[in-house]
Amino acid sequence: MMTLGLKFERLPSPVWVRAAIPFVAIAITFALVSVLVILAGANPFAVAYELLIDPLTKNSARGDILVMATPLLLTGAAVALAFAGGYYNIGAEGQLLAGAAAAAWVGQFVGDLSPWLAIPVMITGGFIAGALWALIPALLKVRLQVDEVVTTLLMNSIMGYIISALLNGPWRDPVSGWPQSPTIALSAQFPQIIPRTRVHFGFIVAAVVVIALWWILTRTRFGLELRAIGKNRDGAQFLGIRVERTMLAVALISGGIAGLAGVSEVAGIHYYLIGSLSPGYGYTGIIVATLGALAAPGVVMAALFLALVSRGALTASRELDIPIYLADVIQAVLLLVMLAVLLLTRYRIRRA
Amino acid sequence: MNIVEMRGITKRFGTLVANDKVDIDLGRGEIHALLGENGAGKSTLMKILYGLYQPDEVTITIEGRTQPIRSPAEAIERGVGFVSQHFSLVPTFTVAENILLGYEQQFRLDPAQMHTRVAQLATDNGFNIDPSAIVGKLSVGQQQRVEILKAIFRDCRVLILDEPTAVLTPRDTQSLFEILLKLCAQGLAVIIITHKLEEALQHSQRVTVLRHGKVVGSQETSSTTSAELARLMVGRQTTPVQRPANANASEPVVLEVSGLSVADKRGVHALNAVNFQVRAGEIVGIAGVAGNGQSELVSVLTGMLQPQRGAMRVDGQAVAFGDPRACTRHKIGRIPEDRLRGVIGDLSVADNLMIEQLDQFTIVGHLQPHAILEHAQRLINDFQIKAAPNDPVRTLSGGNIQKVILARTLAQDPAVVIAAQPTRGVDIGATEYVHQKLLEQKQRGAAILLISEDLDEILLLSDRILVMYNGRLVGEFDAAAVDLDRLSLLMTGAEKTG
Ligand SMILES: Nc1ncnc2c1ncn2[C@@H]1O[C@H](COP(=O)(O)OP(=O)(O)OP(=O)(O)O)[C@@H](O)[C@H]1O
Ligand SMILES: [Mg+2]
Repeated sequence: MMTLGLKFERLPSPVWVRAAIPFVAIAITFALVSVLVILAGANPFAVAYELLIDPLTKNSARGDILVMATPLLLTGAAVALAFAGGYYNIGAEGQLLAGAAAAAWVGQFVGDLSPWLAIPVMITGGFIAGALWALIPALLKVRLQVDEVVTTLLMNSIMGYIISALLNGPWRDPVSGWPQSPTIALSAQFPQIIPRTRVHFGFIVAAVVVIALWWILTRTRFGLELRAIGKNRDGAQFLGIRVERTMLAVALISGGIAGLAGVSEVAGIHYYLIGSLSPGYGYTGIIVATLGALAAPGVVMAALFLALVSRGALTASRELDIPIYLADVIQAVLLLVMLAVLLLTRYRIRRA
Repeated sequence: MNIVEMRGITKRFGTLVANDKVDIDLGRGEIHALLGENGAGKSTLMKILYGLYQPDEVTITIEGRTQPIRSPAEAIERGVGFVSQHFSLVPTFTVAENILLGYEQQFRLDPAQMHTRVAQLATDNGFNIDPSAIVGKLSVGQQQRVEILKAIFRDCRVLILDEPTAVLTPRDTQSLFEILLKLCAQGLAVIIITHKLEEALQHSQRVTVLRHGKVVGSQETSSTTSAELARLMVGRQTTPVQRPANANASEPVVLEVSGLSVADKRGVHALNAVNFQVRAGEIVGIAGVAGNGQSELVSVLTGMLQPQRGAMRVDGQAVAFGDPRACTRHKIGRIPEDRLRGVIGDLSVADNLMIEQLDQFTIVGHLQPHAILEHAQRLINDFQIKAAPNDPVRTLSGGNIQKVILARTLAQDPAVVIAAQPTRGVDIGATEYVHQKLLEQKQRGAAILLISEDLDEILLLSDRILVMYNGRLVGEFDAAAVDLDRLSLLMTGAEKTG
C-alpha cells in the first residue's frame, strides 16, 4: 500500500526495442571511449572488431568464450535465483570459494574411485560447502531479520582469509612452497568436452544448472512461491506461503550453485586451489543476473556476452598494442551503458 | 475562466485505450466530480494531469499556460496536487516528516519546529492528527488524512483526490467536504473521483462521467439525478440487491470467536474480550467507526495477527492463530481490507487466482499450466473480470483486482467468509455484483462476517449487526429491527450498553 516516493514501473517494450538494446549500448559505448582509444593510438573500429567480432571467428577463441562463461553462468544463476526470491545474496564470491576449497579437499582423496564416482562426489561436496557458507546469513535473515546484503558481503572476506590461511598453512605445496593446494586426483579432474579447446565438463554442469533455474522459476511451485515472496512478502505470507522456509531454501540453493562455480574452476581449470582462483566471479554474477533480468535466458545471454568481451580484450590489447587496462575500461563502460539502456527501455520512473 | 483545460486526451496501454479523446474543464473554486465504472479510465486521466503518464495525444492548459506535463515535479510546480488511491507515504516516518518530505528547504531538520508547523496546519484545517505519530501505525483512514494534508501544505491550486472517501467514515467524509468547501472558497479547484453518487450530487458543482475511456456526459450537478448518473456510468438501469429472508436461528453455529484480546506493547487494548458467533447461512455485520479495532479483528481472523488471548472455532474445531494456512485448511475465505495484500501485483491474474490452492495445481512440485489457465478462464468468465489470464494483476483497475480476490475466495465454496471492506473503491455495478455474490454464499450456507465502514452496506446485507467501539462489541441489533439512532450513538461511544 505504501511505498517510497519513487518507483520503477516495468513497461512492456516492443520486441524490436529489446532486440536493439545491445547494438545501441555498443554504439554509445564506442562513442564514449573512442577518445581514449585514439589517444592510445588505436583505431576505434579496429578495437570494436577485436573485442566483439574477432573472438567469434576462431575456433579456439570460441572455446575460450565458453570456458570463461562457465563460472559466470553459475554465479549468475545463483544470484538470479536469490534476487528473484527477494533475498539479496551478495555472497556468491565467498560461496564460490567455499565450493572451491571443498573440491580441492575432496579431490585429494578420490584417487581410487572411478571418475564416474569421483566427480559427482566432488560436485556434491562443493554444492554442500557453498550452501553451508550461505547458511549463517540466511538464518540471521530468516530468524532475526538481519540484513543479508551486509552479512553475505562480510562473509566473502571471511572466506577469503580462510582460503589464505589454508594455502599458507596445511595446504602449502610441500615441494615448491607456493601457497597452493596439492593437485587433485586425476579421476576428479573434469574431462575436456570439445576437442582442441579448453572447454571442460564444468560447462555442462553450468548448462544443466541454468536449465534447472529456468525450470524452477517458470514451471515449479517452489519457483512461483519464491517469486511471490520476492515481489510482495506480506502478500505471500497472507496467501499462506511459508515465507521463512522458502527463503531459507532459496538462500541455500543459491549458495550451493555458487559453490559449483568454485568446483568447476578447481576441477576444470587449475586442478588445485589458489588464492587468485576467482577474479570476482561472484560479483560479476550480480551483473550477469541483473543484465539478464533475473531469468535464465537472460543469464545465458549476459554470461556469454561478458565472456566474449573479456576474451576480445585479451587479443585487442595484444594485437593493437593498447594497454590491457584500456580494454578493462571499455568493458566497464560497456556494462554501465548496457545497464543504463536496459533500465531506460524497460522501466519508467514514476511516483509510487 | 477555467483553471484547467484538458483537450483530446488519448492514452493507450498496448491495444487498450484507457482514455479516448477526453475533454475536461475545471473551473476555479469548483468541485468537479469524475465518475465512472472500474477501469473506465478515471485514474489514468488524473495521472496524466499529474505527469505520471504521458498521453499519446494531448493538450493540457493550466492557468492559461498550454504545456505538456512531463513529471509530477512539474505538476506540483504548476500547482497540481494529487492524493492517489494507494498512498505514497513512507511508513516508517512520522506524520510531520511525511508532510514536509521533499519540501523542507533547510538541510538541517528541526523536529520540534516541524512538529509545531504540522500541528498548526492540522488544526487550521480541522484535522485531528498527531504530527509525531509513525505513519505505518496509523489506520488507513488516518493515513489518508495525512495525504490530504500533505497536498494542502504544498499550496496547490488544483487538487486531485482519487477516491478519497473510499476509506473515510461518514463523519470524516463530512469534515473532508467541509474542508474542501473552505479551500474552494479561497479559489482551490478540486477534482474528486468517487463511486458514491450521493457524494457527487451533494458536494460537486459539475460532474463528468467516463465510460470505456470516453466522456459520456458532463454537466451541472444540479441538472442531473442519481439514476441518470448511474445509467450513464453502467449503461443500464441498476437496482440494489434484495436481502433474502433472515437466517434461521436453528442453523448450526459455524464461526465462533471467544474472548479475543489484542494489546499493543504499551498494553493498550485494540481488541478487548470480543465474543461472537456466526451461523450457517447468516451474514453478521460489524459496524463501527474506522480505527475501533476492526482492522485488528480482521488481521486475527485472517491469520495475520496473533492475539494475546482468545479462541476461534470453525465447526467446533479450534483454528490456530497467526497461520494463514490454517485458515485455508478450515475453509475460511478471506477478503482482506488491504486489497494489495491479497494479491501479488507482479504475478499474472491466473497465478493469483490459484495461489491459495497450490496443492490442487501442482503434481510433485510441478505447476500444471493447462489446469491453471483453464481455472483462470473459468473464474474470469464467472466473475466478469476485465483482464486476460496473463495480465499482471498490477495493471488491473481497483475494482477488477477486488474481483480477482473475490473469485479466488468464493470459488472454493468456503465454510466461513471474512469480508473486510469488500466494496471499498468498487463501482456501483461491481458493488451490486459483490453483494449478490455474498448473498449467494449465504444461500449456500456459508457463515459470513462482514466488516465495513459503509453503514449502508451493513444495513443492506446483514442479518445481525454488531457494533464495535474501542475494541469491544458494544451492541447487537437484529437487522429486522434496527434503531438507527441508537446504532449511531453506540458507534460513537455515546452509549455504552448493549
Ligand atoms: N500501467 C498500466 N498498464 C497497463 N494497463 C493499465 C495501466 N494502468 C491502467 N491500465 C488499464 O487502463 C484501464 C483504466 O484504468 P484506470 O486505473 O484509469 O481505471 P479507473 O477508472 O481509475 O478504475 P477504478 O475505479 O477501478 O480505480 C484499465 O483497464 C486498466 O487495466
Ligand atoms: Mg482508479
